[in-house]
Amino acid sequence: MLRRSFLAGAITVLPFAAQATPEALAAAIKEVTGDAPLHEGKVALDIPPLVENGNAVPMTVKVDSPMTADDHVKAIHVFNEKNPQPHVFNAWLSPANGQARIVTRIKLADTQKVVAIAETSKGEFWAAHADVIVTIAACIEDIT
Amino acid sequence: MANVLVNAPKTAKKGQVVEIKALIMHVMETGFRPGTNGRIIPRNIIEDFTATWNGREIFRMKMSPAIAANPFVSFSAIATESGTIAFRWGGDEGFVAEHQVAITVT
Amino acid sequence: MRAFASAAVLLAVFTGSLALAQSDGRRSGYQDMGPALQKMQDDDTANPAMLFVQAGATAWSEKAGAAGKSCADCHGDPAVSMKGVAARYPAFSREAGRPVDLEGRINLCRTNHQQAPALASESDGLLALSAYVALQSRGQPIAPPNDVQLAVLRAQGAEIYKRRQGQLNLSCANCHDDNPAKKLAGATIPQGHPTGYPIYRLEWQALGSLKRRLRNCVVGMRAEAWPYDATEYLALESYLMERARGMAMDAPALRP
Repeated sequence: MLRRSFLAGAITVLPFAAQATPEALAAAIKEVTGDAPLHEGKVALDIPPLVENGNAVPMTVKVDSPMTADDHVKAIHVFNEKNPQPHVFNAWLSPANGQARIVTRIKLADTQKVVAIAETSKGEFWAAHADVIVTIAACIEDIT
Repeated sequence: MANVLVNAPKTAKKGQVVEIKALIMHVMETGFRPGTNGRIIPRNIIEDFTATWNGREIFRMKMSPAIAANPFVSFSAIATESGTIAFRWGGDEGFVAEHQVAITVT
Repeated sequence: MRAFASAAVLLAVFTGSLALAQSDGRRSGYQDMGPALQKMQDDDTANPAMLFVQAGATAWSEKAGAAGKSCADCHGDPAVSMKGVAARYPAFSREAGRPVDLEGRINLCRTNHQQAPALASESDGLLALSAYVALQSRGQPIAPPNDVQLAVLRAQGAEIYKRRQGQLNLSCANCHDDNPAKKLAGATIPQGHPTGYPIYRLEWQALGSLKRRLRNCVVGMRAEAWPYDATEYLALESYLMERARGMAMDAPALRP
């Protein structure tokens, strides 16, 4: 409780946004999965291990699934560990997709872990994570 | 009319899995960046992206401020029948953009 | 979208040519990027710069100004008329009696031939046209004009390039000639060849001109940036293009 209110105060006082924490990441994941266990496997999270700029990091998440009516990926949820908020995106799929594969570009504020969770039609959750080192430009212009 | 760049095949064989790419110009302001006066620039992002094939939803995505500016998404779909693939983006400040492409399935 | 058809044809040629590094040891910023960003640049269906190219293609056919003319009315198919043009700028404009970069040349057309107001520096409108025109030089070797009137400008540019300035007392040469490929605060120092302008810089999350990038560098070095219309930029751009003579254009490029 005390730490949450300190963070809230920090946002208005400091020019830098508060950092999300591993606890916020865990809480965001729990919102989606509830008490269900996270299985490892099936999910491939392809993201460069070292990026030149955190503003647009290309990522691909693919899930090994037959995508049939009986057995398909219902949703893919991606989270981050150190951005000001823990969500990256949620996507909803169906057998109409043929394959569970999403490519997009994300923002990463700092070197951190990215977690991708696939929710299947059988109610199971499969997860993968990737550690990304984020470097930034050396010469930064002013905003004017 | 928003600046949209969609790439989907014009033709496909029935049952073929096709890749659909959608790119749209949008600032995706996170709401966490301070401006020149030190005050936070308000959030302005696209939050909802949906794609339909002849009216049936084939893909839906909820974006967060962690999606990069000028958002790009690529997903797959099984070519079922000829018709229209429609895209819709919606977000902050009443932002709405729509685009359609035709596809012939043989 | 004829531009995309020709772009697709050039893509095969272009990626092949970039795979061969310059035998004289010169490297473009593309070669300094990791494979994920190179792939993002190579894919015309995913490169965010292509959004600007698309806007430029639309603007190319739009009538503007009191003369009610579009670029297409005089220049027709840009794949033909604009091929190699971006590779030859900055150039000396006899019409204006002064050197201009590509953006300056576009504005000369706007004001003198379309009787339309000039487009603001770094505006979406100007960048879109600049990106569209620069795309038509994809794969072309950088070929600054052998114009004696540019020689003075180039010499000025060379002097600025080698001049130490600002709080850090650094010159462009200190990093880009003496220490390329080394790291500065985790980022790879490029040799600084302007093969890809206007670029979609991930740091900006937008497209920008070489002038913007140079201002960026000068501010980054803790020196005072010259005003937007200063000849220093043209001088530097002319010098950099001469320094990059023969290297293949890859505009509009992606850079971190």
